[in-house]
Amino acid sequence: MELVLVLLVLAASAAVISSPLWHRTVSKDAEVGEVAALEAAKAAKLNEIRDTELDFRIGKLSEDDYQALDRQLRAEAVDLLHQLDAARADGGGGSR
Amino acid sequence: MLTLGRASLVLALAVAVVGIVSSLYGARAGRAEWVAVGRRSMYALFGVLTVTMVVLEAAFLRSDFSFRLVASHSSTTTPTFYKLTALWSSQEGSLLLWVWLLSGWASLALAATRKQLREIAPYATAVLLGLGGFFVSLTLVLAHPIQLLDPAPVEGNGLTPLLRHPSMMIHPPMLYSGYTLATIPFAFALGALITRRLDAAWLRSIRRFALLGWLCLGAGILLGARWSWSELGWGGYWAWDPVENASLLPWLTGTAFLHSLMIQEKRGMLRVWNISLVLATGILAIMGTFLVRSGILESIHAFGASTLGIPFLALLGVLMVSSAALVLIRRDELRSEHRLDSLFSREAAFLFNNLALVGLCFVIMWGTFFPLISEIATGTKASVGPPWFDRYTVPLAIALVFLSGIGPAIAWRRATPRNLRRAFLFPLAAAGGAFLVGWAVAGEPKVTTLAMFSAAAFAVAAVGQEFWRGARARHASTGASLPIALATLVSRNRRRYGGYVVHVGIALLFLGVAASSALQDVRDVRLRPGQSVHVKNYEIRYVRATGKLDHEKLSLGALLRVSKDGHHVATLAPSRGYYPSPDARQFGPIGRYFEGEATSEVGLKTGVERDIWTSVEPNIDSFAPMVDGIDRRFPLADAGAQGLLLNVIAERYRLDPPPAGFRMIVSPLVTWIWLGGLVAIAGALIALWPRPERARAWVLAVSKPRLGRAVGRA
Amino acid sequence: MDPRGKRTIRLVVALGAAVLLAVALIYTSFGAASEATTPAAVIGVPADGRSYQLTGKVVPGYSREGGVLHFRVRERAGRVSVPVRYQGVVPDPFRAGREVIVTVKREGNGFVAERDSLITKCPSKFSSEPAAS
Repeated sequence: MELVLVLLVLAASAAVISSPLWHRTVSKDAEVGEVAALEAAKAAKLNEIRDTELDFRIGKLSEDDYQALDRQLRAEAVDLLHQLDAARADGGGGSR
Repeated sequence: MLTLGRASLVLALAVAVVGIVSSLYGARAGRAEWVAVGRRSMYALFGVLTVTMVVLEAAFLRSDFSFRLVASHSSTTTPTFYKLTALWSSQEGSLLLWVWLLSGWASLALAATRKQLREIAPYATAVLLGLGGFFVSLTLVLAHPIQLLDPAPVEGNGLTPLLRHPSMMIHPPMLYSGYTLATIPFAFALGALITRRLDAAWLRSIRRFALLGWLCLGAGILLGARWSWSELGWGGYWAWDPVENASLLPWLTGTAFLHSLMIQEKRGMLRVWNISLVLATGILAIMGTFLVRSGILESIHAFGASTLGIPFLALLGVLMVSSAALVLIRRDELRSEHRLDSLFSREAAFLFNNLALVGLCFVIMWGTFFPLISEIATGTKASVGPPWFDRYTVPLAIALVFLSGIGPAIAWRRATPRNLRRAFLFPLAAAGGAFLVGWAVAGEPKVTTLAMFSAAAFAVAAVGQEFWRGARARHASTGASLPIALATLVSRNRRRYGGYVVHVGIALLFLGVAASSALQDVRDVRLRPGQSVHVKNYEIRYVRATGKLDHEKLSLGALLRVSKDGHHVATLAPSRGYYPSPDARQFGPIGRYFEGEATSEVGLKTGVERDIWTSVEPNIDSFAPMVDGIDRRFPLADAGAQGLLLNVIAERYRLDPPPAGFRMIVSPLVTWIWLGGLVAIAGALIALWPRPERARAWVLAVSKPRLGRAVGRA
Repeated sequence: MDPRGKRTIRLVVALGAAVLLAVALIYTSFGAASEATTPAAVIGVPADGRSYQLTGKVVPGYSREGGVLHFRVRERAGRVSVPVRYQGVVPDPFRAGREVIVTVKREGNGFVAERDSLITKCPSKFSSEPAAS
């Protein structure tokens, strides 16, 4: 009885561990991964833009500093969007 | 079930090895399916270790004394709740808990990051599985939790009474969760260094795990402190004990990391700091785990020397050397993008905050390891006591609390005099007010105490001002009412405002620490029933003695009545519980009650303004002749007879008690320590909470034309 | 002053402050520390006011009069023992045969302990001794 349990645990572990070798979804994963990484970077950049605006409104950034920083961040964000488009065109995957 | 348990532990090691090999192979050969195999090995490790845990807990629950661990730490009379916690009251069980939690949290982290960090993840997986494999090997070779006792004894030893407290269920798992969660950023940092992917992406992905680890560790430390205050007989919550200090060290570096992380994200600065802090936090977490079971330092927690010291030292050595080497090799890629513009800036405040935290860490480490240092330097082991620790940590803590008010309010890059005035006028006024109030109320306390009061008021005022200004700005731009503006402000900037709430919590915590340590009144007295003593402005009267017997122990204690200005405040019942030693032959059936374990039940009245803490030490020496006599007359008394005789003793104590020793403490603002901690935890939870889906969708849907507006103006 | 000069000054000041703190730390720790000893090592020390961290096992037959605990501490694995006079909190696990750590100074023929400095270790929680049956 106990031996059966041991074998069960062994079999279950082996199944869990080796499943990627049987189900090859990997190549799609790579592109999905890249799109996901860019999406995360874009989300972070947009949060930064909003944070910076909030800082300016509460008085933690001077007007000049704010304009300069805002311009720079928006340029970086547009850049990321370009990269995203390119990645989506290549891979055809990723979430909206 | 023994075989299943033992087999699962061996399987765990095999799974870890498989995972390490396939992760590294997958990374080097660029084969993603092998990387996935490595990741799934972590899931499998968690599953297999869960089987081991279940086997053991089931054995505890059914009191299966053929398991040596169950026989030595539990008994049939142990309450069910404590049967479960008894597993980790032992060396073997606590190691198992540690690696089980590691595999669980690591599985979560790897699953959450499986679509990102494709280059780093395999190396992180290998490091985490390596740590898991190390701990499993330790248990297999040196501290096996599943050993057969044949023949199985009829009754077990039971759980040490000192550990029979609800906190036992949660304090170790919280601490270990904190430690194991700290190894996750550590592993990803090593991966980032190895693969040279040193941009902010990996920081973003594991930030939540670092924060969760910080939260768990902090909660664990606070639980330990509260346990000490409310349960142990010495009347304090922090003793600068080596094991306490060891848990504080990774918390300090973790706090520093969470702050300098923000600077790296915003300005690309402090990258070497950052990665060093992450690595240090992971290493200190392992060191904390090691210290409690190594026996290298004298501590009330560390029980005796064990053979585990050497493997742990080896592990620590490997981790330290490889971390330092990697940081050195990659230092060119870790150069900052920007430099510090001014000492009066938010960046500078963060840097000072880091310096204060690292300074605290260094001081505490020095003091904790001093016995070893002095042994190397002078040949003799010497140790420093709490006064030395206090001398250095108190000023640093005051600076830290001040900084926690400066950081949220000061401007980025370069604060102009106008900025500074606007930001700090109100907080400074609050600080001044607190100083004066403190002086008046406390009657000329120490400078450091007043300084901490001022710092705490400063921080709370500064943070309050931030909330006010933020809500007003939102109200001005969206027209929403102020309460709604405040709610949406926090909800849309959880990280920032959650962090501010944490600052408030920490300020309150330190306020409580300062008040309770500097302004408390301690009295050690011997009283007879009817006598009373004055502590601060309370009168505490020893009304009568108490004595009772239950199925586990004999309790002797006192009933105390506390009053102030003639008004009744509280009735407290401190006592001492005497648990019998199982060795009746050596000590006698009744005498063994006084030669076994004894615990104090503290009589505690908590309150917002102050706590009243009492403990009693009954004088049982005068009973010794009577107990001796009983034992000689009834050497073979059975359980029923013992019960009768013990009741006689209890009654005797109730009716005619010798003077008992009491410790009475009135300590102001102790509760603010726990309240401050809860506020800090709430703040951390706010900062951790993921954004609701609607706001996310907006963020993700923003298009180029919208963003390009300002760019066009350039 | 140009930025580089400013930065250098800042670095020098910061390093200087760190060195100062470190020196203060190190110096005071050696001064404030109590040396860890065992009964055999401490039995012959003079009464010069130095404090020691005495570790050893409690000898059976300790007594309490008033608020003062009189007990003897012996070598972990030996017979040499020294008397200690102690006032303050007596930890719950304190028993004959238990390991204790107490900070003491020489007084006459014995030792007087620092108030509340008695620590008693819980028996065999993490040691490799087999549990008593």
